[in-house]
Amino acid sequence: MASTVEIALPLPVLPGGWAGEKDFKPVGQLSAATDRNIEPVGPHFLAYARRKRHQRTFSEDERIQAQSNVKKVEEEDPDDVDEPEDPVMLQREAKDWKSQDHYAVLGIARLRHRATEDQIKKAHRRKVLKHHPDKKAAAGGDEGDQFFKCIQKATDVLTDPVRRRQFDSVDEGAEVEPPTKKETQKGNFYKLWGKVFEAEGRFSNHQPVPKLGNAKSSKEDVENFYNFWYNFDSWRTFEYLDEDVPDDNENRDQKRHVERKNQAARRKKKTEDTARLRKLVDDALALDERIKLFRQQENAHKNKRRLDKEAEQKRLAEEAAKKKEEDAKLQAEKEATEKAQKADSKKAKEAAKNAAKKNKRVVRGAVKDANYFHAGGDAPASQIDSALNDTDLIIAKIDHEELAALTSKLGNEKDAGKIKQIFKDEAERLIAAGKLAQADVKSLA
Amino acid sequence: MSAQADPAQRVAIGLSFGNSYSSIAYTTGEGKAEVIANEDGDRQIPSALSYVEGEELHGGQAKSQLVRNAGNTVAYFRDFLGQDFKSVDPSPCHQSAHPTQQGDGVAFSIRDTEEDKENTIPVGDITTRHLTRLRTSASDYLGKNVNAAVITVPTNFSEAQKEALKSAAQGAGLEVLQFIHEPTAAILAYDARPGAQLADKVVVVADLGGTRSDIAVVASRGGIYTILATMHDYDVSGFKLDQVLIDYFAKEFLKKHKSVGDPRENDRAMAKLKLECEAVKKALSIGTTANFSVESLLGGVDFTATINRTRYDLLGNKLFAAFTRLVTHAVEKAQLDPLDISEIILAGGNSHTPKVAAAVRSGFPDTTTILAPSTSPTAINPSELPVRGAAIQASLIQEFELEDIEQSTHPVVTVTPHLSNAVGVLCISGDESSGVFHPIVDAETSLPVRRTATITTPREGGDVLVKLAEGSRHIKITKPEARPKKQDDRTEDDSDSEEDESEEEDELREKTWKVGNTLSEAAIRGIKKGGKVEVQINIGADLSVNAIYREVGGKGGVRGIISGQKANGST
Ligand SMILES: Nc1ncnc2c1ncn2[C@@H]1O[C@H](COP(=O)(O)OP(=O)(O)OP(=O)(O)O)[C@@H](O)[C@H]1O
Repeated sequence: MASTVEIALPLPVLPGGWAGEKDFKPVGQLSAATDRNIEPVGPHFLAYARRKRHQRTFSEDERIQAQSNVKKVEEEDPDDVDEPEDPVMLQREAKDWKSQDHYAVLGIARLRHRATEDQIKKAHRRKVLKHHPDKKAAAGGDEGDQFFKCIQKATDVLTDPVRRRQFDSVDEGAEVEPPTKKETQKGNFYKLWGKVFEAEGRFSNHQPVPKLGNAKSSKEDVENFYNFWYNFDSWRTFEYLDEDVPDDNENRDQKRHVERKNQAARRKKKTEDTARLRKLVDDALALDERIKLFRQQENAHKNKRRLDKEAEQKRLAEEAAKKKEEDAKLQAEKEATEKAQKADSKKAKEAAKNAAKKNKRVVRGAVKDANYFHAGGDAPASQIDSALNDTDLIIAKIDHEELAALTSKLGNEKDAGKIKQIFKDEAERLIAAGKLAQADVKSLA
Repeated sequence: MSAQADPAQRVAIGLSFGNSYSSIAYTTGEGKAEVIANEDGDRQIPSALSYVEGEELHGGQAKSQLVRNAGNTVAYFRDFLGQDFKSVDPSPCHQSAHPTQQGDGVAFSIRDTEEDKENTIPVGDITTRHLTRLRTSASDYLGKNVNAAVITVPTNFSEAQKEALKSAAQGAGLEVLQFIHEPTAAILAYDARPGAQLADKVVVVADLGGTRSDIAVVASRGGIYTILATMHDYDVSGFKLDQVLIDYFAKEFLKKHKSVGDPRENDRAMAKLKLECEAVKKALSIGTTANFSVESLLGGVDFTATINRTRYDLLGNKLFAAFTRLVTHAVEKAQLDPLDISEIILAGGNSHTPKVAAAVRSGFPDTTTILAPSTSPTAINPSELPVRGAAIQASLIQEFELEDIEQSTHPVVTVTPHLSNAVGVLCISGDESSGVFHPIVDAETSLPVRRTATITTPREGGDVLVKLAEGSRHIKITKPEARPKKQDDRTEDDSDSEEDESEEEDELREKTWKVGNTLSEAAIRGIKKGGKVEVQINIGADLSVNAIYREVGGKGGVRGIISGQKANGST
C-alpha cells in the first residue's frame, strides 16, 4: 500500500454554528471517471485481481462490454492518411532533392508547415513501407530506389527543425498569392485576404497571429491586426536557396567567395521579403472596407460633435435672449408699480393736504364758533387776533393725523366752553410734549 | 493445442525479445531477478541467427557473420512476426538477409543446410529457432528444463503479433505465461527492488533501442500501473547513432586514403564499419575516448582512429534532441506537463550513453528524477530493465493455471474507472484564506482505492473542519519582465533567431492546484494541542467515497459516506 500522505499545512478551525449529522455533511459527488486499462503486472495487480475475481464471475456480455468504453492509448488517427501519388513525382531523381516538394513526397502536402513532427514521422514510415526497394522487388517491379531516396531526403529535411524552417521559408506550396484589386472588389475581401494573412502568419515569431476577422470586427481588433502586420517579426530565411558551397579543401578562395555571395543573396532576399510583406499589408489596408467605414464613422462622429456644439450654442443664445427679455419685462413691471405707488402716495398726500386744509378750516371755524375764547359779548379785535394766532400755532405744531384727531374731537361741537376746553387740552398735550411753551398760547389761559 | 503444463512442473523465466538484442532472466529464491549470460558470456544476446554450411550460429557469433556471410544471417526480425509483408519496414535488414514475401507474411531466403540451396524460412520459424537457443542457454545455466516464460513486447504489439510470437514460443518449447509491456516491465524492475517506495507518481519510460524508440507515460499508483500515452519512433534509434559514427569514420578514412574509396560503398567494409562503430559507441558510454580499429577495412588498408565523447555527443546531437522531443511529445499527448513527471526511466541499450540522459535532463525540471547510469548511481542497467521485470512477473504467476492467468488479465478485470480529478483536503496557509488544496488521491488513480493522510491542526488544537474536495492541477506561469521590443529589421544575421527562442523560456513555471467540487465537510472536535488528524479515504469503483476521520491517537472519530454516480458504464 502506498505510504501515508503527510500534510504539513493546518486544517481550518471549525466555523461557529457549523452543524452536521454526526459531524458529517455530504456536499457533492465525484466527477465522472475515465475507463482505462490497468497493466496486469506486479504483486499489487495480483492482489487487486484476486479481490475483483473473488467477488464474482463474469458473464460473456460483461467480458465484451468491458472493452467497449476503454480509453485506447495506441489508437491511430483516422485522418492521418496518405495522399494520392503523382506519377511524375515518382520518377524524380534523388540528386534533385533540393527542388522537390518534401511534403508532397511524404504525402502530406495538405498539412505542410502545419504538420506535426509526429505526422511527418508517420508519413515517412508509411512511405517506407510502400516504397522500400525490397517491397518493389517483391512486387516484381524494378523502379530502382530513386524515389525511396527522395523519401529519405524529404524526411531528413523535415525532421530537422532548423532545416525544416529553411525549407518552409521557401515552400511555394504553402504560398497564397494575394488577390488582385479586381478580385477583391468582387466582394470576397475577408475570405481572400484572410487566407493570405493566415499563410504569411506561419513566418511569425509571435504566435498566435491575429486574424483578419470580418466586417463585424471591432475597430480595436482591426487596428491591432494592422499594427501587428506592420511590425511583423519574421523568422523567414533564405539559406535554402543558397548556391552549393564547394566542399573540397583545395579551393578555399572559391569557397569563401561563394559563401560571401550566399550571405549577400540571403540579405537581399530578406530585405525584398520585408518590402513585399509591407506592400501586401498596404494593399490590404487600402482595400479594407472597414478602414473606410471607421473613417466615415469617425467623420460622422466629428460632424455630430460639431452639430451638437452648434445646437448648444444656439440653445445658449436663445436662452440668453429669453432671459434678457424676461429681465426687461420684470424691470418694466417694477417700474410701473413703482410709478403707480408714487402716484398713489402723491394723491394721498394731496388728499391729506386737502383734508388738512379742511380740518384747518374746521379748527379755525371752531375758534370762531367759540367766540375766540372770549367770554360774553363780541370779542375784541386783540382777542380775535391772539386766538387765531394761537390756533395757527397749534396747527403748525401738529401733523395731519393729530389735526384729524383734533378735528374729530371738535366734531360739530358748538358749545364755546367745550371747544375752548378741547383746545386747552390740545395745547396742554403739546406743552407736555415740549412742542409748545405756556406763554405761547395766552389766549387759552 | 498441447496439453496444459502442470504449474508444479513449470520452470519459468523472463524473456525480453528485441529486434536487436534478447535477454533471459530468472528470479532467485530471495525474489531477486538475475540476468543469465549465454555460453558466450553475453547477457545482451544479439537476436541473430546465421548459417554456415548447415551449422547454426546464434547471438554474438551470428552477428559477426554479418561481414562474411550477410546473406545467410538473419537479424532484426522481431517486428516482422505476425505482420503482412506490406506493413513491415525492411530497412534494418539492409546488411543481412532481406525479408521476402511469403503469402501475406514475411520470410527469409537463406542457405540454412549443407545443401547449396536457399530455403524460404517464415519469420515465425526463425523466431522459434532463436527462442530455442535462448531456452537452451537458460536451461543449461539453471540446470533445469526451462519450459515457460513471461515475454516482453512493445505496447503497440498487435494481437496478431502476440499470437505469432506465442506459437513461435510454443514451437521452442516455451509456454507463454503472459506477454507484458516493455515499459511496465521496466517500472516493475524498479519497484520490485527491496526498499522501493510505492509513491503515487507519473513515470515516463523512454526506451532508445537499436531499431526504434518507444516512450510510455505511466501513472503509477500504489503499485498499480496505467499507461496514459505512448509514442513510437523508427527514425530515432541506435541504428541512426551507429550511422553517425559510420559517417564520421568513413570520412576520416577518406581523408587519409582518398584513393582507396568510400568504405560505405562496399558491403563488406560497411558491415565492418557498422560492427566496429557499435563497439565504439558502447565504449564511449564508459570512457571519454575510444579507439576505432578495423583490419583491412577497404582495399586491404587497416584503419585505426580515435574519437572522444564530446565529439560523439556533438555528432549525435540532432538525434539526442529528437529523442528528447519525443519524450516531451509523449507527455503532451498524455495531457500532462513536464512538471507532472516525477521520474523518467531511461531504458534501451543507448540509454547507457551519458548524453542521452543529459539531453532528456535538459528538457525537464529539476523535480524530475532521471534514472540512467550516468545520472543515478542506483540506476538499473537500462538494457536489462524489461527482462528483469519479466522475470519478476514470471515468479509471481508461475504457480497459476494458464486459464487462471487468462481470466485475471482479461479486460473485464483490467478495465477500471480512473479518477478524473485529484481528491484531497483544503488546508489553510498564510496567503490564501479560502483554503489550499492538498491532494490525497491523484487523478488517474484506478478505482477502487484507499489512501490515508495525516494533517496538521492549528497550534492550539480545538475544533477543526475537514473539507474534502476535487482538485485539478494547474501550471502557473510567471513571465519574466517584458523584454525590450525587438527591432523590425533583422536582416543582419539570421542565425540569432535561434537564440531568441531559448531566451523566451525563462518564464517561471509552477504546479498549483485549483479547488473543484466540494465533496463533504466533517468536524473533528477537541483536538489536543499539537494534535493531528488522520483521514482515510476509500473510493469505490462506483465513485462512492467512504471517509473516516479521527484524531491521531484519539478515540472515536467521524465517518461519512458520499454516494457515487455510476462510473462510465463499468462495474
Ligand atoms: N553500453 C552501451 N552504450 C551505448 N549503446 C548501447 C550500449 N549497449 C547497447 N547499446 C545500443 O543499444 C541498442 C540495443 O538496445 P536494446 O538492447 O534495448 O535493443 P532492443 O530492445 O532489441 O531494441 P530494438 O527492438 O529497438 O531494436 C543498440 O543500438 C546498441 O548499440
